[in-house]
Amino acid sequence: METFLGIDYPTLWYLVVGLLFSGYAILEGFDYGAGAWHLFLRKDLSRRIAINAIGPLWDANQVWLIIGGGALFAGFPVMYATMLSAMYIPFMLFLMLLVLRSAAIKFRSAEEMKWWRKTWDITYFVSNTLIGFLLGVVLGNVLQGFELHENFQYKGGIFLTFLNPYALMTGFTTLSIFMTQGAIFLMLKTEGRLHDRLSFLLKKGMIFFIISFAITTLYTLTFLPGVTDKFKEQPVFFVLPVLAFLAVANVPRLVSKKKYSHALIFSSLIMAFLLMLVAFQLYPVLLPSTISSEYSVTIYNAASSQKSLGIMLTIVLIGAPLLAGYFLFLYKTFHGKVKLDDTSY
Amino acid sequence: MDTEILARIQFAFTVAFHYIYPPLSIGIGLIMVIFEGLYLKTGQKQYEILTRFWLKIFAITFGIGVATGIIMEFEFGTNWSVYSKYVGDIFGSALAAEGLFAFGLESTFLGILIFGWNRVSPKVHFISTIGVFLGSMFSAVWIVLANSWQQTPAGYHIVGEGLTARAEVTDFWEMVFNPSSVDRIIHVWQGAFLAGAFMVLSVHAYYLLKGRYVEISKKAFKISLLVATIISLTQLVSGHSSADGVAVNQPAKLAAMEGHYDESSAADLYLFGWVDDESQKVTGLGIPGGLSFLVHQDFEEPIQGLNAFPKDEIPTQVNAVFQFYHIMISIGMFLIGLTLYASYLWWRGKLFDKKWLLKIFAFSVLLPQIANQVGWFAAEMGRQPWVVYGHLKTSEAFSQEVSANQILFSLILFFVVYTILFLLFMYSLNKKIKHGPYNEAENPDEFLKYT
Repeated sequence: METFLGIDYPTLWYLVVGLLFSGYAILEGFDYGAGAWHLFLRKDLSRRIAINAIGPLWDANQVWLIIGGGALFAGFPVMYATMLSAMYIPFMLFLMLLVLRSAAIKFRSAEEMKWWRKTWDITYFVSNTLIGFLLGVVLGNVLQGFELHENFQYKGGIFLTFLNPYALMTGFTTLSIFMTQGAIFLMLKTEGRLHDRLSFLLKKGMIFFIISFAITTLYTLTFLPGVTDKFKEQPVFFVLPVLAFLAVANVPRLVSKKKYSHALIFSSLIMAFLLMLVAFQLYPVLLPSTISSEYSVTIYNAASSQKSLGIMLTIVLIGAPLLAGYFLFLYKTFHGKVKLDDTSY
Repeated sequence: MDTEILARIQFAFTVAFHYIYPPLSIGIGLIMVIFEGLYLKTGQKQYEILTRFWLKIFAITFGIGVATGIIMEFEFGTNWSVYSKYVGDIFGSALAAEGLFAFGLESTFLGILIFGWNRVSPKVHFISTIGVFLGSMFSAVWIVLANSWQQTPAGYHIVGEGLTARAEVTDFWEMVFNPSSVDRIIHVWQGAFLAGAFMVLSVHAYYLLKGRYVEISKKAFKISLLVATIISLTQLVSGHSSADGVAVNQPAKLAAMEGHYDESSAADLYLFGWVDDESQKVTGLGIPGGLSFLVHQDFEEPIQGLNAFPKDEIPTQVNAVFQFYHIMISIGMFLIGLTLYASYLWWRGKLFDKKWLLKIFAFSVLLPQIANQVGWFAAEMGRQPWVVYGHLKTSEAFSQEVSANQILFSLILFFVVYTILFLLFMYSLNKKIKHGPYNEAENPDEFLKYT
């Protein structure tokens, strides 16, 4: 098997996909999270400012989902096909919510009528909340495994199976970290009374997160089999949960000191460390089979050919710096508080 | 209905709906680059007004294109899992490249393009416009390339058998430059330019008919007319080259396009007609031996007909392929006639004298849209029963684990959501057009002439 820097290609691509999904979680995390606070903001103007806070950025942030999905399709076609067709209904709902959310952003402020804005405000709030929740549900189910038989044939339930207690908990945890992330982001983008209101909401968000996080952690340790085994093999990686806990503890500290941009970095780090933990736990499995471990989807039986992975890694090496440059330029241009003008939503 | 048919209906519906928007954004993007370039070069306010006006329409079009495009990306996995595993190795690099090079470029610069007027210099803004336009062009490249590989696979080998069989890349560049990709990418680009140019022509023709925004509408109309004329003419070249490729690489598709059944005889070229699959006859007006002439420059040269292929390897909907293909060509010809005639009047200095011509232009926005749609219908239905030509049949490619009821559920959902989306699009398009490029009360038309 071909290697680069001593790491085999499927593992490298596993890291690329992991990086892309982390980027997606962090960037769209504050977009979805900001949207999940929408109805908690009372005034029409506040809601409009909140939407315009993500206005120039959300389309770019969404690229991480598109590249992440593409990377999964490209590098691990078996995983992409198996997961999406097994979770057909949840993913269709997710996609439909994405469409409704985009429509809400674009059309919400296009008309003055009360009923119009109310309809879009509710659509926007519900879609963002459910998207965050559903992403967590997907994660929870992947961690527990699917009912996969020979040749990755899925024979489990179509919808309610996925709403099991553990997946609901990961759903709430994901939503709550997004909401924390979103509130901190909005605080960076707002001033005056809206800023104060968000400061109040952020505290609620952090409580919501810490409670969900604690329950999910306990649940994982108690009910997910073999969750500690990996650390016995590679104790070095115990640093990941430790870092995650430190990051969780650091966010309220930074918020109380009003260091919001640092808090945003640390709430992003929470997501990054937790996702690294997930990646470490699963590796080299992508989707465990609950029937037998020989039916699990792994990075080796799901991967594209060495040749194809080699080409894609080259593309990433060329493309990633370009993308990073675009993002730096974009975020630099729209740095600072929201100012509404004639181009705003 | 069974899963396969429902999966096909859903894919056709979602992709056809999606395809209303990206060609429009690419085409309007091109016109916007021209307007903004002229603004930077001349410093004339009217070009800035035009850029800003079309940017608003571009933004809404682009937005719906992205929203419906994400669905396409995941629909391969949800509904076509066997296909996804089969082609993942090939499409992988194309999709990864699209995401990084094309989509990354267009979506990041989009923010600056729309919201950055007051934050960056005019030059940087112009660069962003070019960035978004190029990004959308690249997007088309990778997607059409992947589709072309399905039509004319190259640079690959098949590994494994049955459910685990898949195509793997052996030569990246051979895969990229597969026999049909270059022709089809150019053809698709041109179709997109026409969609955009006729959109601009239509709106400004409407203004001219109403006597509103007359000065800038004349400018915009002339620029778009120039683009539309050049592109409709060159479209003929890429179209012909595409058809030549089909003759070599997908002979069964070519036979279906002209309803040619005889195993080996000279084939006619129809202007219009109706194919009766039972009697294997075409009723219509055609040039005897015309297809033979187009392909071989000889009216007598025989061409393989549908009967030369096994019954289970030819398209089942021959008449539909025939009709879609001929509608596309008729529209193409009409657009050439229309733009040439208008250009002639322009040369004679009478471009805006004929009201009826402006009326035709006002309605002509629909024509490239229809041609783009039916062109794809012909290309995709003509490839049947294959999803990967010669290797994987559509009937074997869908997700076995998804039931018909699940697809029915999502199909209804798509139908409802997309109907709302379409109504919103039409509504906001209408509103932006009615509202116009600038406030007429503040800026009398005469004033613009000199600024």
